[in-house]
Amino acid sequence: MKIGYYPGCALHGSSNDYEQSLRACLGRLDVELAEIQDWICCGATAAHSLNHKLSQALPARNLALAEQQSLDELLAPCPLCSMQLLKVSADIKDTDARAELSAIVELPLEGRTRVLNLIEIFQKVGLDTLASAVTTKQESIQAACYYGCLLTRPPQIVTFDDPEEPQSMETVLKALGIKTVDWNFKTECCGAGMTMADEDTVLELCHRILENAQAHGANCLVVACPMCHVNLDMKQPAVSRRHGTSPMPVYYLSDLAGLALGLAPEELGINRHFMEATWPA
Amino acid sequence: MARIGVFLCWCGENIARTVDVARVAELSAQIPGVRCALDYKYMCSDPGQSLLREKIVSERLDRVVVASCSPHMHLKTFRKAAERAGINPYLVEMANIREHCSWVHPDREQATLKAAELVRMSVEKVRHNEPLRPIKVPVTRRALVIGAGVAGIQAALDIADGGYEVVLVEREPSIGGKMAGLSETFPTLDCSQCILTPRMVEVGQHPRIKLYTFSEVEAVDGFIGNFTITIRNKARYVDIAKCTGCGECWNVCPLKKNPSEFDYGMGFRRAIYVPFPQAVPARPVIDNKVCAKLVRNGCGLCEKKCPTGAISFKDEDRLIEEKVGAIVVATGYKLYSIGKEQPSDKLHGYGEYGYGKYKDVIDSLQFERLLSASGPTSGEVRRPSDGAVPKNIVFVACVGSRDNAKGLSYCSKICCMYTAKHAMLYKHKVHDGQAHVFYMDIRSGGKGYDEFVRRAIEQDGARYYRSRVSKITQENGKLMVRGADTLSGLPVTVEADLVVLAAAMRPADGVQELARKLNVGYDEFGFLMESHPKLRPVETNTGGVFICGACHSPKDIPESVAQASAAASKVQLTFASEELTREPEIAGVNERMCAACFRCMGACPYHAIERAEIHARNGDLIKRTARVNPGLCMGCGTCVAVCPSKSMDIAGFTEQEIYSMVEALA
Repeated sequence: MKIGYYPGCALHGSSNDYEQSLRACLGRLDVELAEIQDWICCGATAAHSLNHKLSQALPARNLALAEQQSLDELLAPCPLCSMQLLKVSADIKDTDARAELSAIVELPLEGRTRVLNLIEIFQKVGLDTLASAVTTKQESIQAACYYGCLLTRPPQIVTFDDPEEPQSMETVLKALGIKTVDWNFKTECCGAGMTMADEDTVLELCHRILENAQAHGANCLVVACPMCHVNLDMKQPAVSRRHGTSPMPVYYLSDLAGLALGLAPEELGINRHFMEATWPA
Repeated sequence: MARIGVFLCWCGENIARTVDVARVAELSAQIPGVRCALDYKYMCSDPGQSLLREKIVSERLDRVVVASCSPHMHLKTFRKAAERAGINPYLVEMANIREHCSWVHPDREQATLKAAELVRMSVEKVRHNEPLRPIKVPVTRRALVIGAGVAGIQAALDIADGGYEVVLVEREPSIGGKMAGLSETFPTLDCSQCILTPRMVEVGQHPRIKLYTFSEVEAVDGFIGNFTITIRNKARYVDIAKCTGCGECWNVCPLKKNPSEFDYGMGFRRAIYVPFPQAVPARPVIDNKVCAKLVRNGCGLCEKKCPTGAISFKDEDRLIEEKVGAIVVATGYKLYSIGKEQPSDKLHGYGEYGYGKYKDVIDSLQFERLLSASGPTSGEVRRPSDGAVPKNIVFVACVGSRDNAKGLSYCSKICCMYTAKHAMLYKHKVHDGQAHVFYMDIRSGGKGYDEFVRRAIEQDGARYYRSRVSKITQENGKLMVRGADTLSGLPVTVEADLVVLAAAMRPADGVQELARKLNVGYDEFGFLMESHPKLRPVETNTGGVFICGACHSPKDIPESVAQASAAASKVQLTFASEELTREPEIAGVNERMCAACFRCMGACPYHAIERAEIHARNGDLIKRTARVNPGLCMGCGTCVAVCPSKSMDIAGFTEQEIYSMVEALA
């Protein structure tokens, strides 16, 4: 299966461990990633608060490029990117808006591309296929799936799962034979947006998430967002210092899937995380 | 030559501000056949109507056009006035020069010319009008009431006390509906059962009420005054005529742990059971999904114990036919399902509230049972998980209501009041407890209603937070209810022992299917549609079918009862004479021309067209034809549009009349 791939800034920069992980994992499932050539910024961080047109034009250009390169389905593993791309996909259902954005980006734009996140790729591969591809049973893992803010929101645009009580990551992990825990803070804010501005709040929020996951019996956190990972993994030593939180590894969804599919932690880039992995028993 | 009179109304300033009415009168007077054209400031007023009558007589008019407001407003008025002066009322036409002209156009010159055109069209139509006579249909003076909650009970008793027979159909094994399960009612806190059960007994004993419980309306045929109803009497496995309600059967039934529907799963019942002690009829029913005898031919103890031989495991559904002249629908409501499983993609539920996941998150009807003396805890407030008395209780309003993103856009109207009542009754039972209420707005319009809410806050100390709850989670045995207090601007977290969700009201299950059987419209939420929101609130667009209670929209008890009495009085109005008069503007077939293709039958939304045969005197078949049942036809004209041989026409709106109007424009 060939799928278009929009890495965005994170997966080529601070979270290139995520890219390594999902390339290795999806490779095992015969998913070929075709990176959009000449892709540009999705506009997630600053554009939408500065200039509405710009925040539409940036993702629109990426969608137009995907169309030009005949990529009908596009994986955007970062929820900020996928939200931007989905937002403009909805906007260009209106023909006038589409014509205007097409003129701005100087490329034809039809709105053919379907934007998917990592969970949806697993769903597309099929839960039965996943189950049958498992080679290494991960029995000691008790995963707390953490969705964060944007993976399932805003509900008008992101519709693949319930925004407040999502279950799709659990379903994928269960298909892979990995146990998940029922816990309370799946969609609470991790504070990533405030990392620079207000560290106290961020540490407090991260602490609450980690503590609640542990209180419900989890021995690791699973995320599908580079921002969540940076915050909960890289900041965790600071969280522990401030609040006395016990350490806990934070995995990408593709990390655990990759392990179940028989990949080594190094192949998935898990050794590059800040928090040390503590498995398998 | 026709002698047509044109009467133009100023409607005070409403028309005269933009239309030069006097000039329209001048122009109208020049149309051939128009004997006189007059304008007047208020044509609908008494002097205006007198003017019309006088002119009819003095000018020997035989047809009239009134140019004024919408015919919805005053067509009846002017037809009556003309009739008094001796003209067939269907020879009166109206030209709407207000809504269709003066109100929507700013330019005086153009509006005046348009008004003149509108008048000319109406003159051409009235020239071709034929005198018509209202249709008479005989009436079966007997009513069907569907649903025996408080609304259905009220309607049935009112009609029966008025002297007419009532067939009352209830789906559940007992009448009483939702109200029978409530604790105390706002704003007076009288006990719900104490006020309802005497009415239930009255229904059970009324000589003119024929009660079918555990029954549903299977099919509806016919039309106003002449309905034939098929009722499915579901197998009860107990002959209620033989049964004395002694209780031997349910006392021996070994299957004790079936969740009770009446207690909303908070209590248990046997496989053979009476839903609640005050049930009417006080006769048991066997649950055929759990009874050991019916499921696997086991047990059978109840049959052996029954002293009157009333139990029969061979019982089957029976279909019963009843003839009635009018129908009252009072099917009531159910609560929005709060968990994730939703009947429609549009309703996303509130998985984050943990309903169905945490035992101590319940809905408001379940809490009513906890408060009720007849409930599973005999009226003590004890939480379901461990039976402890909750010391901190949270009430969440608007769960599913007023939420376009996840729920329903409408306000369920009664939740503010019953939530205040819950907070109050809780405090009356748990003196050292604290009630917390999360609300969006407090909507407490009604007699004594706002005072009641203030009492809950000021005397019973309920803490109100203007806040939506974002999430309910369980931590260390406590339910953590979190939200943001939008008045103080601060986040709130309440550690609760019990949470009560005030779920939105939705129409009862199956009401859409019933509405289709009755040809009654319903809105996007499934609530039944009234004929006019202000002036015909209990009528529907199908003659002889009335609605009352929460099947129409969320309502409290006083409103449901008031509407039920209104529906009952409309039924009695329908029964006031032995014959009904209907407007004659219905379809008719030119039977000589009809090609008997019967395309009209498929198109007719009211099933008003039937196949007929024309026979010669010796009995030979001459031809087949479509024929319109004048009792059923609503005059919509769909058949006229589909008829390929042009042999359908609507009286009062014939093709000739319509085309003459169009030609007048050319």
